[in-house]
Amino acid sequence: MAEMHQIRLQIGPAAFRIASVWRQPLDQLAALYRDYPGPSDHMVDFTVRLEPDKPWRRYIRPSVHIGGDFWLPDVAPLPLGQGLLAAEMGMNLQMALGWRRHLLLHASSVEKDGRALIMTGLSGSGKSTLSAMLAQKGWRFMGDEFALLNLDTGDIAPFPRLISLKNQAIRAMQTVAPADRFGPEMTDTPKGDIRHLVPPKAAIYRMGEPARPALLLFPRFGHDPELRDMGQAEIFVRLTQASTNYVALGEAGFRALTRFVDQVPTRAMDYQSIEQAEELIESLWSRSP
Amino acid sequence: MIRDAHILVRALREPASVERLDGGQWSELISIARAESLIGSLAHRLADVPVPDRVRAVLQDAIGAHDLARQQALWEADCARRALAGYPGKIVLMKGTAYVAANLAAGVGRSIGDLDIMVARDALPIVESALLDAGWEWVKPDPYDDRYYRDHMHELPPLIHRERDRMIDVHHTILPLTAGPRPDAQAILDNAIALGNGLYVMAPADMLLHSIAHLFADGDLAGGLRNLWDINLLLRHFSEADEEFWTELDIRAKTHGLGREKERALRLAARLYDTPVYRFSAGQTEFADYLYIRRLLARDGYGRETRKLIRFAFYVRSHWLRMPPLMLAGHLWTKWRKGGKPVG
Repeated sequence: MAEMHQIRLQIGPAAFRIASVWRQPLDQLAALYRDYPGPSDHMVDFTVRLEPDKPWRRYIRPSVHIGGDFWLPDVAPLPLGQGLLAAEMGMNLQMALGWRRHLLLHASSVEKDGRALIMTGLSGSGKSTLSAMLAQKGWRFMGDEFALLNLDTGDIAPFPRLISLKNQAIRAMQTVAPADRFGPEMTDTPKGDIRHLVPPKAAIYRMGEPARPALLLFPRFGHDPELRDMGQAEIFVRLTQASTNYVALGEAGFRALTRFVDQVPTRAMDYQSIEQAEELIESLWSRSP
Repeated sequence: MIRDAHILVRALREPASVERLDGGQWSELISIARAESLIGSLAHRLADVPVPDRVRAVLQDAIGAHDLARQQALWEADCARRALAGYPGKIVLMKGTAYVAANLAAGVGRSIGDLDIMVARDALPIVESALLDAGWEWVKPDPYDDRYYRDHMHELPPLIHRERDRMIDVHHTILPLTAGPRPDAQAILDNAIALGNGLYVMAPADMLLHSIAHLFADGDLAGGLRNLWDINLLLRHFSEADEEFWTELDIRAKTHGLGREKERALRLAARLYDTPVYRFSAGQTEFADYLYIRRLLARDGYGRETRKLIRFAFYVRSHWLRMPPLMLAGHLWTKWRKGGKPVG
């Protein structure tokens, strides 16, 4: 069988080998991950494979099947123009299904003074955009996809992969982030228009530094600005739903999550604009211990 | 780049061999081991060998994942036991669940998917209705498939539990009824050994012959390296525990009509995993052994399936083994007409 092209990437604690029969997605990855240190000794945790869906799909209307060490049946193939997205989805899949060294929360996170703000919610809640915006305003970006909760210490480890901007968030970020930090625009993906943004350099250089969780928010975009208290049971259940490996970790996951819910102040936050959200967050942050 | 799965076989056989691997080779070994569902076995096998930190973490993840799989498998077996508490006959655990329930080395780090149990054929209706009452449901509500399973297979159509989302396969023998060999299911049940919790596992020779039948007289050798690793560990354990084991194995292989398959299993286990086997039980080397080995090792360092032609040949063979030609033609005709959709 044909050789594949490959690239190795280190993101936070995890290292990946991305193998592809096409050069193009790997060239894009290499450009966007240029500031990231490669994994030491070529050692990786996971392999992602980008292969043609059918043999002839290598050349004729090329379509990318996302495979690798961990995989799901029935993942729809993507056109080669979205190969970069396929690689990112492949890496997320490895983490979601294979990583056991932290409890994975589907959440964004940012840090200030060694303390982390974690934002979780459904797709469209704005957690990714908020983390990218805050990263432009003095916060350290830690990740927009997974917050990694350490099972022993309770700290959050960064996982600062490329920020995945969708639809209106692309325009919003273009007004504040440098143009050379953006990846190619991909239109009509299964998730709408997507454009990747390279996190600020500080986020990359400090991607080995964990932070103490200090505030958990459940943002919801499109409602009158409001902060609400939530019951611990609701928080717990919603976090189990937001975790990809809560069940797989068994008792260790349960202990880490109950401690997190016990210790981290939590609010539901409704907002209609980034400015409102920033105000609400600052008001909470200045009061948080 | 590594072109076949030999590196995995070598690491399992001689754990010390991994000390010479560089970073790239480790990545390839890990991908191959994951693809062959042998990462948990490899992790336990390398427990005392010095490995780089990141590899150790990967192996530790695999151990954790398989510990949980073991716990879930035992829980699932117990759920079935409780659902069938009113059934007076033997309920025999099979495959991975049996290995962990009986605390065998073959169960350590082994991935376990469905729960497989065996009961007497005439008890199937009672067992089936008890499971349906306890929350299991049909996976394939297709009349042709359903009929096919009941007339020609060695198991009921698969059932899935509606709350726990776990499958159970209820067998009444160890090979499809259309296959060449006709194992003696009653003899397997008669000799089954009680575990002390109300469940049973097969006696050593039968347990091994079931694994052999599954690999060499049934499927297309998918997951074959894992299966052969089970066979290797079972052979080592049983032959060390009982010096009469080789004789017993030969006798039981005749009872079940699995003499040739047993010989091939012994030869390939010895060849790939260095299993110490009794030479006179293993028969003569055949040219086909070489093809089996080519097929078993058909995986490259990216974790991809390779050697498409030989894979396809074994796939065709698996259908040939299961069905006489005329029946195969009828089956393929029906499947083609339906285009994968249920009829009826």
